[in-house]
Formats: sequence, structure tokens, C-alpha cells
Amino acid sequence: MRFGARLALAVTTLAVTATACGAPQDSGSRSRTTVDCAPYARYGEHPGTTVTVYAENRDREADLFEETWADFADCTGIHVSYEGDGEFEARIQVRVEGGNAPDVAFFPQPGLLERFARDGRLKPASAGVAALARQGWSADWNSYATVDGTLYGTPLVANVKSFVWYSPTFFRDKGLAVPRTWSELMALTEKVAASGVKPWCAGIESAEATGWPVTDWIEDVLLRRQGTRVYDQWVAHEIPFDDPRVIDAMDTVGSLLKNDRYANGGFGPARSMASISFQEAGTPVLSGDCAMHRQASFYAGLWPDGTEIGPDKDVYAFLLPGADPASRPVLGGGVFTAAFADRPEVRAFQEYLASADFANARMRKGPFVSANRGVDPANAATPVDRLSIQLLQDPRTQFRFDGSDLMPASVGAGTFWKGAVDWIGGASTRQVAHSIERSWPGR
Amino acid sequence: MNGVRERLASRALTTVAVLIAVLWTTPTLGLLLSSFRPEAEVKTTGWWTVFGAPHLTLDNYGEVLSGAGNGSGRLAEHFVNSVVITVPSVLFPLVLAFLAAYALAWIDFRGRDALVVGVFALQVVPLQMALVPLLKLFSEGWLFLPAWHLTGPARFGQVWFAHTAFALPFGVFLLHNFLAALPRELIEAARVDGASHRTLLLRIVLPLARPALVGFAVIQFLWVWNDLLVALTLSGGTAETAPMTVRLASLAGTYGNDWQRLTAGAFVAALVPLLVFFSLGRHLARGLLAGSVKG
Repeated sequence: MRFGARLALAVTTLAVTATACGAPQDSGSRSRTTVDCAPYARYGEHPGTTVTVYAENRDREADLFEETWADFADCTGIHVSYEGDGEFEARIQVRVEGGNAPDVAFFPQPGLLERFARDGRLKPASAGVAALARQGWSADWNSYATVDGTLYGTPLVANVKSFVWYSPTFFRDKGLAVPRTWSELMALTEKVAASGVKPWCAGIESAEATGWPVTDWIEDVLLRRQGTRVYDQWVAHEIPFDDPRVIDAMDTVGSLLKNDRYANGGFGPARSMASISFQEAGTPVLSGDCAMHRQASFYAGLWPDGTEIGPDKDVYAFLLPGADPASRPVLGGGVFTAAFADRPEVRAFQEYLASADFANARMRKGPFVSANRGVDPANAATPVDRLSIQLLQDPRTQFRFDGSDLMPASVGAGTFWKGAVDWIGGASTRQVAHSIERSWPGR
Repeated sequence: MNGVRERLASRALTTVAVLIAVLWTTPTLGLLLSSFRPEAEVKTTGWWTVFGAPHLTLDNYGEVLSGAGNGSGRLAEHFVNSVVITVPSVLFPLVLAFLAAYALAWIDFRGRDALVVGVFALQVVPLQMALVPLLKLFSEGWLFLPAWHLTGPARFGQVWFAHTAFALPFGVFLLHNFLAALPRELIEAARVDGASHRTLLLRIVLPLARPALVGFAVIQFLWVWNDLLVALTLSGGTAETAPMTVRLASLAGTYGNDWQRLTAGAFVAALVPLLVFFSLGRHLARGLLAGSVKG
């Protein structure tokens, strides 16, 4: 028994110490005098209340969010309890089914928001939030969070996807200029290939989402070659997935990505991109083994530590050009906030998130792009964020949302991804497009 | 002749066993070495290059454990949560399963066999199936049971409850088989001497059942310590209550680009199970055999 008694004692001590250490410390006691509460007066006082937030962003990005709304929390008395989860899309459904829905969720896909709105789980946006939404965002942006004419939330984050990352040093050394039209881009590609460097690098491995970088490529090129009308029809399935115009866009992408002469710089033959993770796919740009990498603005955070971003630094990005120098087709994505509760403190928090103040404060903390009209590009943390915001605010820009996020999930997050992998692996364009078309639900 | 063949066979077997052990441990060794390498090297070269150019650093561990800046690991906070979750989640089912196993093995009552079969059969219920109903029970109540409405650190209670409930069928099964195999004469002799159930339980059965109890405790400990699903769903996922596994899952960042931290994080998380395993491994081997051979 002596052994057992000692074990029991040890365990009890451990548990008691642990509970003592784990007791919540009063961290909300930051002196109010150091914070200027005047900008937050309009949100009212809600002492002792809690708003739970559930989103995909975790680690560093989660910290940046929490730091941004810390003053708001101090001044209004609302405790914002944030939870970031990589399995957001699967687990939000478990939580909502189980009656444990968060007060506010950040939806990375409009389709998911729409599903909960149709199920009657989401609360429509309050009058205050709706007013801020109209003031801050274009009708296009608000339409992504609108279901059957009812607004449910506001855009939070914007991603510009149509960027081509390159090394300004490499371009200078080789005497290359940033292309302003699609044909200049093609000429540039050929010129780099002729000099013995593979011009493009890409990687499409992304765990269960493997394939998505290729779907972005195809969407981007379709938007450029056929314009917004055909793009919208394709996304809404008013024209079939394997329409000849879509096949043409895919073949154009294929002439770059499925071409061993043009890809996969720094990694090997073109089909190697199926096993390269999208996170590391751009690194050969730094070593000069690859000239260009098409990836969204968020790739700014994925370069190795110490990489400097700017027009005359290690890496920079240009907009994937359109047919002529004046056109600005931009493919992008976004994250939307919506609420499962409509308590006063939840509405206050939503209003804060919908304000330009929040977006500006968040941008000063680190890389972040918002499509809010009130955002000042000068606050952008990186030159690419500034470029993104300028593009989003430019009236000539034709912004279109990432099509695969708007298509039914079984296609946009299923057969389109899988088809993209097969296609890179050698399957013919026609065959892949037909099989995706056949998988469209309710066809 | 027989002796030679046996010796040869055992030598061959030993070689194969050692070979498998080496193969099995190599990736872990690689991970361990990687955890001491600087980020830039982890991401560019394989762990074996460390033998050629040893640049060792504790940066990964420092970053993962504490660190005040953005995006540091802060595993230390979650380590405490892991302990708070694990200890009761081991003790509750241990005590309950022991009492239940004793009753099922040595107290005669009507319907006992059906109850035993019923408890055993519960083992086939997959945990994943019960998550949504459990969440509903906690948030909305069920039949006459009220909703729990737990917030903050009180949510540990949900996790303890779930782990206890999921551990009981296996615990009762394991301990029942072990206790039922105790010699009948021993129990009966004690009864003849006038021992009550209390005395029997504490003086006779408990000391005898120690290997099985420790075995079950270690298995349950490892299961709870390594559990992600239950903790993720029921603990709330904030720094207040989430255990280390939840933190580990998000350690690599939203885009998975900080994966070098996982090397150090994995070893921080594995430290306690390793200690438990090495200090109680002796009992575990015995406990694993518990109830496997009857009579």
C-alpha cells in the first residue's frame, strides 16, 4: 500500500498545484487611463459580458486579432473570448448542431455562411451593422454575406489572389521588365525560359485541399480571357463547366504549368508540383531558380523569416496582367463575420468589426487587407498589402470572388480540386473538365 | 541439436527485433534532432546533415514553451490545462470502474450477467457519434437532466465527464475479468471470517488488483493526455481550458508555415507520457495481461 499511498499523494499535490496555477489571473486590469476610450464610446458599456468568437485564424494571426480589439474590450467591458481552429469548417457544424454555437464566427467561405443562414441559425445583421456595411463596402462585397435579400454579416478580411511574386533583383540582373499585358507576360516567360531558367514555379499540395492553387490559376485566366460576364455564368453554372471558353482558359494555364520547359522551376519537371506544398512553392524565386510564382497576397507571410518585401527588396509582386494595360481583373477571397446571437454586446462587437477603425487598427499591427472603403493604404504593414488595398479601392478594378468558394462545396471544395490534381498529373483538359461537369449536383 | 536450433532461432529473432526497433525509432530520432536545429536549417536540409555540421540551439523549445511576443507557443500554460484535465479523467473512471467491477464479479444479484454483457457491449459505441448528443446535453439538457451552462474553467467538468463516460466500459471490462479470476477460496475464506464488502474490497481485493489498476490507469492516462477530439469539442479551445494537444494542432500557424515548432512541441508534449511510461512500465506489462488468461 505504501507505493499506492505515495502515488496518490503525488497525484493530489500535482492536481492542487496545477489548479492553483491554472486559476484565471485577472488580466483585464490594464489601467483605463492608458487607453483613450473616446472612440469606443459609441459602442456603449457592457460590463461583465462575454462574446465568444470562433474562427480559422490561429497562432500569430489570432494574437494580432486579440491585440487589435483589446482596447475595445477594455473600454466596453466586453470580454472577447477567441478560439482559433484549423478544423473550423467541420467543427462549426458540430458546435452548432450541439447547441454550442459561438456568438460570432468568421466564415472563410460565403457558401458556409449561406448554409447556416438558410437553416435559420444565423441572426440577421442589426440595423447598425447594416448601415456600416453599406457605408464601408461595395454592393458586390455585401452581396456575398446576403442571403435571400437579408444581410447577415460584414466582410472582415480581403485576399487579393491575382498576384505574381517575383524577385526584383533577378528581374534587374536579367534585364526583365514587369509585364503590363498578357502578351508581355507570355513574351517574358519565353525570354526567361530561353535564358535557361524555368520561369514558373508552383506547388499544389495542401493536405485535404490539395489542388486549390490550380483552381485559382484557372479562374484567374478565365477572368482575363473571357471577362466578368462569362466568369459569373461559369460560377453560377449557367454555362457548363466544360464550356469551350473554359477549356480554352484551362489550356492556357496548361501551356504554362504543364509545360516542362516553363515549370516547375527549382523543383523539377512540371508534374512535380503535385507533391510540393503551396507554402514552400515560391522559395526558388529567392534563389533565382524560378522567376515567377502566382500566389495570393497572404503569401507575404510565408516567405522565410528575414525575407524583405518591396519594389527594390528580395521579393515583390505584380498583378497578373489583363489583356490590355488598363484592365484590372482581380480575383480574390474574403472572410465574413456573422453572428449566432443578437445580444447587445454581440451587436456592439459586430459593429466594431464592421468599422473602418477596426480595419485600420488591425493593419497597423501586421499584414492585413480589408476591402473597407475607409481603410487608409498608408496603414498597410507591407508594400503588397498597400498594393492590394489600392487595387481594391481602384474604381477600374473588376473584382471577382474566388469561384471555387462560391460553387457548391462538392465541386468547389471537391471534384474541382481533385480534377486539378489529375490534370497536373497528366490527364487531358477535356477529360478533367467533363468529369467535373458530370459531378455538378442536380445537373 | 534442439538447443542449438533454439539458440540460433532466438539470435535471429533478436536481430530482427533490434532491426525493427531501430527502424521504428529512426523517425523519432530525426524529429528529436530537428527540434534542436535552427529554423532555417530545419526547413532547408534533412536532419541527418546535423552530423556533418552541428548547429544546435534551444530556440525552438524557448519559442514553443514561453515567449511573450506574437505567435509564441505558450505550451507552458496549456501544459497546466493538460494536467488538470488528465488527473481527474484518470482517477474518476479508475475508482468507478473498480467498484463496478467488484460488484459485477463478486456480488450476486438478479440481472448481473445481462448487465455485464451490456457494459461490455457499450465498448462498440464510437466516441465520435456521441459528441453532438453530449454537446446538446451540456447546452440544452436532456429529458429531466438540466443544462450545465458551464463557462470558463468550469468547462473542465465537461471534459472530465466525457472521458469518464468513455473510459468506463473498457475499464469495467478489464477490471472485471481480472477480479473474477481471483481465487474463489480467498474471497470465501475472508467472508467466513466475517469480512464485510468494505473490508474485502480495501484489504483483500485492492492490493491484489494493483497491477490491473495501474495498467488501466496508464492506458487511460496516455489516451486522455493524447486526446485531441474530446478536448477540442468540449473544452472550449481557449487558453483557459484547452490542453496541449489543442495548442499543438494550431502551433504551425494558420498556413502551416511554422511547422518547425512542431518538432519541439512534440517532445514537450511527449515528456510526461514518457516519464509515466518509464516509471510505471513494469506495472503496465503486467496490467496488459490482466484478465487475458482466466483461471
